[in-house]
Amino acid sequence: MPAQTLPQVPIKKGEPAYKLWIFEPGWKGELPLILNPRQLAEQKRPAILPGHRLCAGCAAPIIVKLASFAFRGPTIVVNATGCLEVATTIFPYTSWAVPWIHNAFENAASTGSGVESAIKAMKKTGRLPYEHVDVVIFGGDGGTFDIGFQALSGAAERGHDFLYILYDNEAYMNTGIQRSGGTPKFAWTTTSPVGKVLPGKMQHKKPIADIMVAHRIPYVATGTPAHWLDFIKKVRKGIEVDGPAFIHALSPCDRGWRHDTAITIEIARRAVDTCYFPLWEWTPEKGYMLTDRSLAIARNPKLKQPIEKFVEVQGRFKHLLKPENRHLLKELQEWVDTVWEDLLRRATNAPK
Amino acid sequence: MVKEVQIVKTGIKIPLAKPKIGVAGKTGFWRITKPVIDYDKCVKCFLCEIYCPVNVIRVEPDQGPVIDYDYCKGCGVCVDVCPTSALKLVQEE
Repeated sequence: MPAQTLPQVPIKKGEPAYKLWIFEPGWKGELPLILNPRQLAEQKRPAILPGHRLCAGCAAPIIVKLASFAFRGPTIVVNATGCLEVATTIFPYTSWAVPWIHNAFENAASTGSGVESAIKAMKKTGRLPYEHVDVVIFGGDGGTFDIGFQALSGAAERGHDFLYILYDNEAYMNTGIQRSGGTPKFAWTTTSPVGKVLPGKMQHKKPIADIMVAHRIPYVATGTPAHWLDFIKKVRKGIEVDGPAFIHALSPCDRGWRHDTAITIEIARRAVDTCYFPLWEWTPEKGYMLTDRSLAIARNPKLKQPIEKFVEVQGRFKHLLKPENRHLLKELQEWVDTVWEDLLRRATNAPK
Repeated sequence: MVKEVQIVKTGIKIPLAKPKIGVAGKTGFWRITKPVIDYDKCVKCFLCEIYCPVNVIRVEPDQGPVIDYDYCKGCGVCVDVCPTSALKLVQEE
């Protein structure tokens, strides 16, 4: 059997590696969705430029880059306050190669709704020089789970056409690792410290993607930067649907999770392998659909790893590995199993 | 590199930021370990380019991956995802 080779697409020499996303007025059509890594590297340029202030090993710029590979044309990015916002836009310069709007912590979804309404109004009166302009919102977990939730819920109820991408690093990393609604149980943060009395945070993580499913919006999905093909496809689907879409992306944070900077992608992979963060998408027609690695685990349960695999590489869960805290680890494993079994029951493409 | 972006004059003052490479200066100064490529082992799978958080790796057609060390923060994500161990972290001098 001959070795599989990639199709030969010439990479143009001497072309700048970075370019601004400027579309001529009257630009028509759609940027193609490219899933071949070679063509992707040749034709696509990321929406975020190098030299930003995010920590080494942060997964948020990977999520932004992968999302920008799926943009289908002129796009306006709205960004809630958070790591991504403060680290990429140091006035009077910005790291974004796309139009970008700043707003406060709590109203990213409201700003996105306003931008989308303005686009609609301009289109109606013939002042929009493009066929379509997409609105993509990036929000952190603090700006989505806690502070920005009512704006997001309201925007989803009003049915504005935007894509909300939540990069979830599971605490307020920007202000110094305080607990948020997205922090998992027993995780160390500065406001839920580990000691003799308390073993870290005492509450479970809020199932934000399931809450967005309950809004009956056209598209909800989860993704990680490690499963990049799956993530690019999901972002494109979210942009293409008519109405609000929501993507929950896990974003490992080396400062807050206390792990080595190099294993960011490995941790995201382990989160899916241990079923701590299952990959799925939801549409009103088809219901819950498992994708990528989670579908493989559903078909072959032997692939499922114990939660220790995810916990052992992170300093914030270090206390769970002590012999006197085995019952806490067991409790975490039971919770992960319950959520996974529940998802398997609801998933339409899982083997029954 | 970055061209001046034309701003339509509306008479209203808006705080507009200009796109620029290196808003935080040369982030290469943060680096304590440096990724070095062994071109003989590289199979040009593009994974380092896809996963690089700072977008400094570009896979050139005949040469292979090229790293812009001015902005590389030395996190080691490219070393971790490389399937053939063609990338290696060495201590920065």
